[in-house]
Amino acid sequence: MSLIQETDFGTPRSKSAGLVTLTIDGRSVTVPEGTSIMRAAMEAGTQIPKLCATDMVDAFGSCRLCLIEIEGRAGTPASCTSPAMNGLVVHTQTERLKKLRKGVMELYISDHPLDCLTCAANGDCELQDMAGAVGLRDVRYGYEGDNHVFARTNGDINAAWMPKDESNPYFTYDPSKCIVCSRCVRACEQVQGTFALTISGRGFDSRVSPGMSESFLGSECVSCGACVQACPTATLTEKSVIEIGQPEHSMVTTCAYCGVGCAFKAEMRGEEVVRMVPYKDGKANRGHSCVKGRFAWGYTTHKERILKPMMRDDISEPWREVSWDQAFNFAAAKFRGIQQKYGRDAVGGITSSRCTNEETYLVQKLIRAGFGNNNVDTCARVCHSPTGYGLSTTFGTSAGTQDFDSVEHSDVVMVIGANPASAHPVFASRLKKRLRQGARLIVLDPRRTEMVEAPHLKAQHLPLLPGTNVAVLTAMAHVIVTEGLVDEAFVRERCDWSEFEDWAAFVALPNNSPEATAISTGVDPTELRVAARLFATGGNGAIYYGLGVTEHSQGSTTVIAIANLAMATGNIGRPGVGVNPLRGQNNVQGSCDMGSFPHELPGYRHISGDAVRDQFEAVWNVKLNPEPGLRIPNMFDAAIEGSFMGLYVQGEDILQSDPNTKHVVAALSAMECVIVHDLFLNETANYAHVFLPGSTFLEKDGTFTNAERRIQRVRKVMTPRNGMADWEVTIGLARAMGFEMHYDHPSQIMDEIAALTPTFAGVSYAKLDELGSVQWPCNEKAPEGTPVMHIGGFVRGKGKFVVTEYIPTDERTGPRYPLLLTTGRILSQYNVGAQTRRTDNVVWHDEDRLEIHPHDAEQRGVRDGDWVRLASRAGETTLRAQITDRVAPGVVYTTFHHPDTQANVITTEYSDWATNCPEYKVTAVQISPSNGPSDWQKTYEEQARHSRRIAAASEAAE
Amino acid sequence: MSPDRLIYMANQIGKFFQSQGHDKAVPGIAEHIRKFWDPRMRKAIFTHLDAGGAGLDPNVRDAIATLRNT
Ligand code: SF4
Ligand code: SF4
Ligand code: SF4
Ligand code: FES
Repeated sequence: MSLIQETDFGTPRSKSAGLVTLTIDGRSVTVPEGTSIMRAAMEAGTQIPKLCATDMVDAFGSCRLCLIEIEGRAGTPASCTSPAMNGLVVHTQTERLKKLRKGVMELYISDHPLDCLTCAANGDCELQDMAGAVGLRDVRYGYEGDNHVFARTNGDINAAWMPKDESNPYFTYDPSKCIVCSRCVRACEQVQGTFALTISGRGFDSRVSPGMSESFLGSECVSCGACVQACPTATLTEKSVIEIGQPEHSMVTTCAYCGVGCAFKAEMRGEEVVRMVPYKDGKANRGHSCVKGRFAWGYTTHKERILKPMMRDDISEPWREVSWDQAFNFAAAKFRGIQQKYGRDAVGGITSSRCTNEETYLVQKLIRAGFGNNNVDTCARVCHSPTGYGLSTTFGTSAGTQDFDSVEHSDVVMVIGANPASAHPVFASRLKKRLRQGARLIVLDPRRTEMVEAPHLKAQHLPLLPGTNVAVLTAMAHVIVTEGLVDEAFVRERCDWSEFEDWAAFVALPNNSPEATAISTGVDPTELRVAARLFATGGNGAIYYGLGVTEHSQGSTTVIAIANLAMATGNIGRPGVGVNPLRGQNNVQGSCDMGSFPHELPGYRHISGDAVRDQFEAVWNVKLNPEPGLRIPNMFDAAIEGSFMGLYVQGEDILQSDPNTKHVVAALSAMECVIVHDLFLNETANYAHVFLPGSTFLEKDGTFTNAERRIQRVRKVMTPRNGMADWEVTIGLARAMGFEMHYDHPSQIMDEIAALTPTFAGVSYAKLDELGSVQWPCNEKAPEGTPVMHIGGFVRGKGKFVVTEYIPTDERTGPRYPLLLTTGRILSQYNVGAQTRRTDNVVWHDEDRLEIHPHDAEQRGVRDGDWVRLASRAGETTLRAQITDRVAPGVVYTTFHHPDTQANVITTEYSDWATNCPEYKVTAVQISPSNGPSDWQKTYEEQARHSRRIAAASEAAE
Repeated sequence: MSPDRLIYMANQIGKFFQSQGHDKAVPGIAEHIRKFWDPRMRKAIFTHLDAGGAGLDPNVRDAIATLRNT
């Protein structure tokens, strides 16, 4: 094992198709037109000295170290800003160049501290490397004159010196080491798109400055780390590197937070992570990351992690630490007992969208083959199940149609019910880059999100009322059909024409017009018409959507409406277009693919199909139950009714994440055995009888599948602190229940998946090692995977238009609950926050706040920062108010990253008609001033505290 | 299982198919319930139908009746 070194070509790759040939140092080199001479040289193996150039950002040409000579031309141009051209003859090393470079380096070094031995970047500093490369041997100028290095010069205060900024929890800024190369500024602009940094001042006075001379923490900075990677010196350095030292080996792995699926190098010393650095060859992230994946991995070694199995007979008792075997046998005996008493169908399990494909596959296998029923579900139930239903109905596959690179070819992007800047930050950066090149953006969201207004970005915003997605999308279709903007050639060729005609007739009805629906949607009809025309006629149109689409009683209908719109405008089947669900968790796509839904086996095949069941029965050596099992909400209902008594939950906190907490509490309390398999004593564990400690993504091998269907490796970089990877825990539990599964390594599990799932037939660890990643379908027809789907035709044959009638949710506002609550996420926290709350990310978000419009706040006498009582039909909680006009009057908004907020006490049990995905995004509420936590919050807190007790281990006396 | 919740869910499915007309809606609803409801849920709704099926929308009632007889 060694440190993976990525080549820095100095300037970005040119995408031009034309080629040019030139001669560099006597060697002929052919490169795409638009390539810099610096990059051409590097591709030929010659590294021209450089400081201000790096291939993640455009060249700037300021350091003058990369000079070259070109035959027949006077002067010594900078190679980073000089394009390669046919016939050029370039020399990179001449007496003149050597002298000039030494002079440049001498000036840099004369204003730079010489504490290399104790510098955190020692061994990883480009200034050091360049001093070596140009053969700098002495520096003739001292520090007596003006410098940035010392706080005092000759006893006087040095006004040019600036102290370190250590405000960011993860990296420091030490201005005395800055060479003002502006790589950080360009990274923040071009890679991240935040524009938090500027170079203030000129000449000797120029400095890197976050915002208007603010601290990093106080500025617009979102802590993505792009500037830290770009910095060639120790000026911007990870605090972990300062503390630990330089890493000695690294391995490529995949972020375990969101569905973007960024590839990282885990840079290690022994078994200690020194830092996580985004990997340039990662096809989802192309070398970029966000604060979560880059920095928020401290939870993996957090002191609250539970490392030993625990059990108890009753949740009123404290936990007892036991051996793995004791825990497995106890759990198995309970489950078998329940099945004897209440029937085979009285137990089930929930797979995790945070665990690997292999682990998810094993859990559903244990349930179907070991428990003998199909009561398996996954947290995708509560987020993207409507995507599966809607896209398989219309297109024939339950997944997004594009890869992330596709956005580079889009002309009009419509973002619906998603806030990528917060929830899918790296995708947002890639999208913003395209928008800065001129693509147009339409945002459908009740709230003015960070996507609507950002530096160098102005979207067309349609602020609809929560719950009216279908009406708005159907009105857009109305405009497209009635104004003759349908791509008829596409529809005739690719879709069922008579279904299209039915649909077109429906959307053209006058009651579906923007004018007629405005009253319920709140969207200005003129604006809506403009947006519809733009989408239909503006070139490549792509739709990206999130949970603001799915988490509604008409979630599946909205997904269908989106698919209809894409088909009607011919925006399917090539780069730059498509329908793209932005998946929440890292492996939501994978957990769906792996057969986590109660009605379908891996690869989305219904359990009632005899041929499919035969295949699995042959390999698993058991008889499978052909009936669909219970979905999560049905499990809860069945528990309360007394027919579902045992649940194995891997890596999900259903109590915190599922709607109507009181109902969930009632269901969990009714069960006789709840097994929680997790890193921490989460909220669900307060109602559990067995706790099986889980392992983190750093501690196991496996694969995750991101929102683009991309299967990527997760690699073990340290021994599991709990002693076992999660897949081994499931095998242990299965064995105790008398169901043997033999695997020595997750690669064997993937081989079984590939053998049984046609869309995965070509996937193996060997192939993933070779190609880095593949997007399913990956099989004989597409051995290297499928970046864009439905090229030339839909997977289901003809694209299917389905009529989408708007049916308002039954969750209505009225005199008692006059406001609509909708929920969302912020950048630094993740989902229920179990991981991010256990990192320094809390400096950005230490509590959930309720956003409320000034008008509504004033009516109720609520001031910014006040505690307010938030009540719905289902329950009430309290949290602090934040007054903002990001939300429209009549709408309030909160996040649910913190368990004490209990936002889900408020949400109701209404759900999507097709999939039972809960309606998180619409709840009728009332708000009133309050003094502090509600009674429910206090009782809950007390129960949680009581339930989390761990008895002193009996063998602790040794 | 509590029939109220099942009736509500069944009617919700029915509303999606409503605009497709009775002849398409009935098999559509029946197939949906067959595909996604676990046997105890189907059994409970059949029992409710036998007891008069109060609260079920017409298309939904027909769909459940078809499903029961297959
Ligand atoms: S961390 Fe990211 S957002 Fe912050 S200054 Fe650096 S590049 Fe900009
Ligand atoms: S902080 Fe680093 S990247 Fe930014 S200008 Fe200074 S040396 Fe260059
Ligand atoms: S959380 Fe998402 S965007 Fe951030 S690093 Fe991880 S995968 Fe990338
Ligand atoms: S690397 Fe070309 S001018 Fe700095």
